[in-house]
Amino acid sequence: MRLNDQTTSALLLVTPALLGLLLFILLPFATALVLAFTDLRLGSPLAVNFVGTDQFLSLFNDPDFIRALLNNLLFAAVVVPLQTILALALALLLNRGLPGTVAFRTLFFMPVVFPMSLVAVIWSLIYAPGENGMMNAFLQWASFGLWEAKDFLRDPLLAMPAIMLLSIWQGVGFQMVILLAGLQGIPQTLYEAAALDGAGRWRQLLHITLPQLRNPLIFVMLVTTILAFRLFDQVQIMTRGGPENATTTVVYETVQAAFARQQVALASAMTVVFFLLVLSITWLQRRFTHHEREVA
Amino acid sequence: MATIEFDNVCKSFGDGINAIHELNLKVDDGELMVLVGPSGCGKSTLLRMTAGLEEVSSGEIRIDDRVVNHTPPQQRNVAMVFQNYALYPHMTVRGNLEFPLRMQKQPANRIEASVKRIAEMLDLSPLLDRKPKALSGGQRQRVAMGRAIIREADIFLMDEPLSNLDARLRVEIRGEIAQLQRELAITTLYVTHDQAEAMTLGQRVAIIDQGLLQQVGSPQEIYERPNNSFVAGFIGSPGMNLIQASLSSERGEIGLRLGSKRLPLPQPVLASYPGLASHREERLLVGIRPHAIHLAHADSTQHLAARVCAVEAMGHETILHLDTELIMHANPKTAADKARENQPHLLVQLNGHHNFRVGDQLRIELGIGKLCFFDADGRAIG
Ligand SMILES: Nc1ncnc2c1ncn2[C@@H]1O[C@H](COP(=O)(O)OP(=O)(O)OP(=O)(O)O)[C@@H](O)[C@H]1O
Ligand SMILES: [Mg+2]
Repeated sequence: MRLNDQTTSALLLVTPALLGLLLFILLPFATALVLAFTDLRLGSPLAVNFVGTDQFLSLFNDPDFIRALLNNLLFAAVVVPLQTILALALALLLNRGLPGTVAFRTLFFMPVVFPMSLVAVIWSLIYAPGENGMMNAFLQWASFGLWEAKDFLRDPLLAMPAIMLLSIWQGVGFQMVILLAGLQGIPQTLYEAAALDGAGRWRQLLHITLPQLRNPLIFVMLVTTILAFRLFDQVQIMTRGGPENATTTVVYETVQAAFARQQVALASAMTVVFFLLVLSITWLQRRFTHHEREVA
Repeated sequence: MATIEFDNVCKSFGDGINAIHELNLKVDDGELMVLVGPSGCGKSTLLRMTAGLEEVSSGEIRIDDRVVNHTPPQQRNVAMVFQNYALYPHMTVRGNLEFPLRMQKQPANRIEASVKRIAEMLDLSPLLDRKPKALSGGQRQRVAMGRAIIREADIFLMDEPLSNLDARLRVEIRGEIAQLQRELAITTLYVTHDQAEAMTLGQRVAIIDQGLLQQVGSPQEIYERPNNSFVAGFIGSPGMNLIQASLSSERGEIGLRLGSKRLPLPQPVLASYPGLASHREERLLVGIRPHAIHLAHADSTQHLAARVCAVEAMGHETILHLDTELIMHANPKTAADKARENQPHLLVQLNGHHNFRVGDQLRIELGIGKLCFFDADGRAIG
């Protein structure tokens, strides 16, 4: 490569951005990678030793961490499909061009702009224990009084579903907007051609809409999966991982290790595991979409 | 096998746009009818109403004497080739061809056989596993055709299927379509705004302008006896010259006054246009095809002086744009006239190559036996 005037000024212009990347992403990650192989504890008077893969071994022998991983997997396995189907259904409805579409679109998208901490606080109120809690009252009304008031966030069986519900509520709008944009990009003539070929509404959805929506669908599912693995705010604010680890997550465990127990090295190892997980999901997504991109 | 009948069909879009006015037209069983007209005249709208993709505002559309106004497209058994092909981009050529059959839930082996037959007929066999993106325009066109003919539809609708092709391919596929249609004998409505296509393809041609049906007839009828000045100017390339004139009768002899010239009309002309008798001393339009005008012989008595304004040399023929003393009638509806500025020229079409230059003076003669006459409103005088 020849360094001409243009390259010089280009380099000059990207320097701030590159510096930021280096300082705030690459460097911390490299540090975490290095620390993961040590036994560093904050405030410990002992010298720092290189311990090889010990941290990773203890990590995978740690039932809390395993539980956190499983919780994340469960959360992703439930939330991603449910939220995507719901988002698709909403997008299909809004795409019909019925009156009030704009109002509803705004309404569904609103939770996305609220900060998660605020959403979590509000939903803590909704999930309040006792008959006067909003959710309890609603369920009681809807089941004609059959429902017995529960303390959602302190019930090992209900805590995770409760967090899933609010996460779906918060995230569905984002997915819906992306899918709606995808839907609007499908040429109307494809539906007309399919109708003339004898396809009714259902088969048009199956043979035109879904294949045409493939890339946006993969995109929203990927983003939601990554977000599912990053699950933290709700847990931190509403349940602190409890009850009985029912809602703990990888990120929550990481934060606990680093800032509650000062086990910086262990937390670093968790970060590395988390990073590899997200990386492999992204890679899978690329494999799925790659061959389509060549054609489309 | 089906007939299509349009009975007082109107179509207006919400904001007062009237795309089709009271259209009455019948397409016979097995017939290939071409719809032709300038852009925006309502051709696609008519086709889409026939397919059930657009609602009819008033009137009736009948397929085989059955009113289909409210029949959804799925139940009309109509196949359509869209102007932009509308191939399913995520399916291979095979997938596209199979789709209508799969929707009919045909057994796999029958589908396979049909695809093979159609692919061979349209030369698509080597392309079956490609996606539409990887096809040329002409190949996509053939896939679109294949998808339409693979199932036994009652009616075939084609919306400017050749508009995206180059001239050579257009002629080639036009021939294929005509042959295919003859073989299958499926009632076909074929839309085009290319009048050459209309003339070569149609058993009958329907000319539409601004949502109004202007004339229906065989290509020859429409060419030789246009119903009105619009049809006269629209059909033919270039279209008919329309000249302002008046009829005068002197000493019992009827003649045309064209500018300062007086052209006596011979008896055979008067005989074939008996209507002329009732238009004496009236202003009217005289139509003459560009190839019915020729260079005057040296001893001609009925010649007109003209000056060359533009020359289009095509090799096998030469089209001259001439300035004369004649007052030409601009036909504001045809695209060709819009392109010309204010005063249209008299067009003359000469066989072979002629070395004329802009500014040359020459003398021409009108072929008096090949005139058409229109009244002041543009209606043909019979
Ligand atoms: N959905 C619509 N809403 C409003 N007006 C429309 C609509 N579709 C068509 N039109 C109008 O109806 C008229 C006829 O349109 P149409 O598409 O039938 O023309 P066309 O003859 O097919 O023209 P072209 O040769 O350019 O395809 C036009 O003036 C057009 O603007
Ligand atoms: Mg059209």
